[in-house]
Amino acid sequence: MIASRSVGLAGVPTRGWLRRRTTNGLAAGLVVLSAAGAVAVLLIILGHVLVQGLPSLNPAFFTERPLPPGEAGGGVAPAILGTLEMLAVAGVIGIPVGVATAIYLSEYGRGSLARVISFTIDLIAGLPSIVIGVFVWAWLVRNVVGQYSGLAGGVALAIIMIPILTRTVEETLRIVPDPLREASLALGIPRWKTILRVVLPTAQAGVITAVVLSLARAGGETAPLLLTALGNQFFNLDLLQPTAALPIQIYNYARSPYPDWQAKAWGGALVLITLIGVLSALTRWTIARRSRAH
Amino acid sequence: MASLVRAPADRAAPLGVLGSGGNRGDRVFEAVVSAIAACVPLLLIGIIVLLLLDALPAFLRFGGAFLTQTTWDPVQEKFGAAAYMYGTVVTSLIALLLAAPVGVGCALFIAEYAPLWMRAPVSFLIELLAAIPSIIYGLWGFFILAPLMRGAIEPFLKSAVGPLPVVGALFSGPAVGRDLLVAGVILSIMILPTITAVSREILRAVPDTQREGMLALGATKWETIRKAVLPYARSGIVGAAILGLARALGETMAVTMVIGNSSTQIRASLFTPGYTMASAIANQFTEADKEIYFSAIVAVALVLLAVAAAMNILARLLVWSVARGPRPTA
Amino acid sequence: MSFRTRSVAFVSALVLLATACGPGTQPPAPTSAPAAPAKPTTAAAAAPTTAPAAPATTAAAPAVAISVSGPLADEAKSLNGAGATFPAPLYQKWFSEYVNVTQVQVNYQAIGSGGGIKGIQDQTVDFGASDAPMTDEQLAGAKGGELYHIPTALGAIVPTYNLPTVKSKLKFTGETLEGIFLGTIQKWNDPKLLADNPDLANLNEDIVVVHRSDGSGTTFGFTDYLSTVSPEWQQKVGKATSVNWPTGLGGSGNSGVAGEVQQNPNSIGYVELIYAVQNNMGYGMVKNKAGKFIEPSLDSVTGAAAASAGNIPADLRFSIVDAPGDGSYPISTATWLLLYKNIPDQPKAVALTRLAWWATHEAQKFNKDLAYATVPEALNAKSEQFIKQITSNDKPAFPGR
Repeated sequence: MIASRSVGLAGVPTRGWLRRRTTNGLAAGLVVLSAAGAVAVLLIILGHVLVQGLPSLNPAFFTERPLPPGEAGGGVAPAILGTLEMLAVAGVIGIPVGVATAIYLSEYGRGSLARVISFTIDLIAGLPSIVIGVFVWAWLVRNVVGQYSGLAGGVALAIIMIPILTRTVEETLRIVPDPLREASLALGIPRWKTILRVVLPTAQAGVITAVVLSLARAGGETAPLLLTALGNQFFNLDLLQPTAALPIQIYNYARSPYPDWQAKAWGGALVLITLIGVLSALTRWTIARRSRAH
Repeated sequence: MASLVRAPADRAAPLGVLGSGGNRGDRVFEAVVSAIAACVPLLLIGIIVLLLLDALPAFLRFGGAFLTQTTWDPVQEKFGAAAYMYGTVVTSLIALLLAAPVGVGCALFIAEYAPLWMRAPVSFLIELLAAIPSIIYGLWGFFILAPLMRGAIEPFLKSAVGPLPVVGALFSGPAVGRDLLVAGVILSIMILPTITAVSREILRAVPDTQREGMLALGATKWETIRKAVLPYARSGIVGAAILGLARALGETMAVTMVIGNSSTQIRASLFTPGYTMASAIANQFTEADKEIYFSAIVAVALVLLAVAAAMNILARLLVWSVARGPRPTA
Repeated sequence: MSFRTRSVAFVSALVLLATACGPGTQPPAPTSAPAAPAKPTTAAAAAPTTAPAAPATTAAAPAVAISVSGPLADEAKSLNGAGATFPAPLYQKWFSEYVNVTQVQVNYQAIGSGGGIKGIQDQTVDFGASDAPMTDEQLAGAKGGELYHIPTALGAIVPTYNLPTVKSKLKFTGETLEGIFLGTIQKWNDPKLLADNPDLANLNEDIVVVHRSDGSGTTFGFTDYLSTVSPEWQQKVGKATSVNWPTGLGGSGNSGVAGEVQQNPNSIGYVELIYAVQNNMGYGMVKNKAGKFIEPSLDSVTGAAAASAGNIPADLRFSIVDAPGDGSYPISTATWLLLYKNIPDQPKAVALTRLAWWATHEAQKFNKDLAYATVPEALNAKSEQFIKQITSNDKPAFPGR
């Protein structure tokens, strides 16, 4: 029985009640401890990246290419450039596909095709990124392009990006109130114009944050890029050539035995986390607040 | 994360009833949008087909033994992925065992215990854990966590639990700090935000009437949660856990830097270096120079894909079942 | 929307996708006229300078020393290579300098010899690098035809260890190394190790074995040595770029193994000499065929190569492990660049041949400082022959400058 008498004879709390209250307190304590622990771990990790990475940050780090170990200077500039290049490719492919799919699911989605597409989106979202890397290698690196390339890397990132983008944009579009659509249609505006000129602009902020979020997530990926873009010590603007990327550079620096390279790995990590982690977290938070407000 | 909770049936298009009308612009637009959207299933089919074609030689040659044999010998051309599957299962289970209680605890904190002003910041901070790229977890694990495990935690476990009869076998052998245990711990941190976020949504989906009823009967907060909220949310929370598990399965970079990358022994001890399927692919893919070796690696990728997909489907079914409607309380 | 319209849309999507998958175009390269390697009559057409072009037809008489310097107009401006980590510190230095000499950017990714071999087989890179000579089977799998092995450096594979309390340099034999890596010798104070290293008597610790997790020419060299000195190893494990290690944990690349040994006390691994030297890690002496304990060094490696001179096959796929001679270091190995004999892309062919020539000539001056031995003259003569035999569109590709 849940409700036992809390107060017994002579006004003394019953043993049952004391036990229940202790359990309650214990549970509350554990719950608070979990949350505090999780936040503590986060702060520890970020703290390490900050403390270890800060000493490496100097102007050369952002402008020079990597130099052999032991030589002073050198930096991750080609890697930053390469990451931005491949994110651009991913965006060019991923944004239209993601937004179109989201529009389809949100505005037209009835029937089996929509269910299939929705299901597929969820499946691709759950695919390990290394598997996507294997696929893009087999499709683009081995055959179509014929060599490791920034294009292949960008395509891999696009595949990773599309499910995240689609889901978030779909959510955002659904939040747009139906009366808006109905009013527009009632005024005789064709459906496609309604979607493009009324629904999308209303959801604009959400769509933009969704794009930023999915790009941020893709930018942190390493495994598929190892198999597709390979990496490069030089600046490279030719997408059909191997291209550097920040996560790959960090990985190469980290597993070397040279202390100066290891320090640069932390520096690169700090740059990456600033570039991508903060962006990602901010947009997630903005979306969460937005959906909670509705 | 809310989209994870809402099932497809709830996602009916708002204006389907009005149809497209006779407008040519509408037909073209709908065709274009549908065509692009239809590329998505095509992509998935393409992935599966391409992987299958490359993996076929390995499956044909080794058959079911591929999944049960542990020998992975490129010299003698004998490949069995059992050790990789074992590594994947063990590290993911460790991750789940550590992350599920803490994750549900965090979700409970955010949904039930925290004062209103604290909910958003704490959610944000925990989501920040999800935003950290995998390579940075690998870096931190490699330079900070692994030495800590090797120097302090693993010897402690070895001396405290090692002598015990059955469980002790889990903590035997030299503790090097490059093993399944460290990988499991790193993974648990990485999947924590997933479990927390989904569980939080699940808990929010539990109707307040459940809580109110219990409180009216004089239950304490914990009793309310334990007897009214959690049973309602149970399958959803299991779904959240499985989603976390699915994420753990596919993690590559953080794992490959701390797991030891040594092939083929299935031993009881958690201090054994090992491989997961994902880290094996990452390490060996670029250099599989024989056809059958390459085919074996792609076969591992295919198995990984299948397992991840299965877990995802299962998880979503569980999560949707909570969101669908009221259930009788226990 | 009608079924027909929907299916038209679907098909157009497929067509869109298919055209997007068209073959990629090669980066545009200036091809006004193919580099005229040995025909003085067409020298005026494309050659921007008047440097004398040595005739490439006579392979036996390099009376004019051919020296690669300066950019060429019809040469590819960037090359991609991948492979061995064994020579990676050397190649990093080389290619950092090469861009100053010729303005050609050579992007080299050290992903392991196995990756280099596969990369050149599949032609996903322009050149491969490996310390394991390709097997006949691997050569048969090369999609672009015949491959040349061009040796660029020689080095020592050393047993490196992390034993802070041991001051003296450890002495290993083939037997003890085999035992450690097979897992039959498990503690540092094992009697077999104590026989040569009395200092280990008090070290009752487990040996932590570190090997390569990726496909590695260094592994090939190390297992080649172990297979040569131990029939048991040959039978149980064999020699290859990637073997089924009986024990230990895996590091990725030479640098990964060095990193693991650095981070784990009481560990032992095998790496190229420079990795141990650069990181102040302990490395041991190994007993050679003549029964002497030899310290890995440039001289002992060069000695091993000289002593093996009689055994070099024509295609330069040689092994110099367990060489005879008093001063030979037993675990010596060479590292090769892997180039196709026939390279259809003309600008790339020019760039690759020049790179290979520079690597075997001018670049050798960097070897010593990084603890790699230079390639012996006799082997270089053969390499020169190979380089001059590389063709593009049925014409020799090397411009001679």
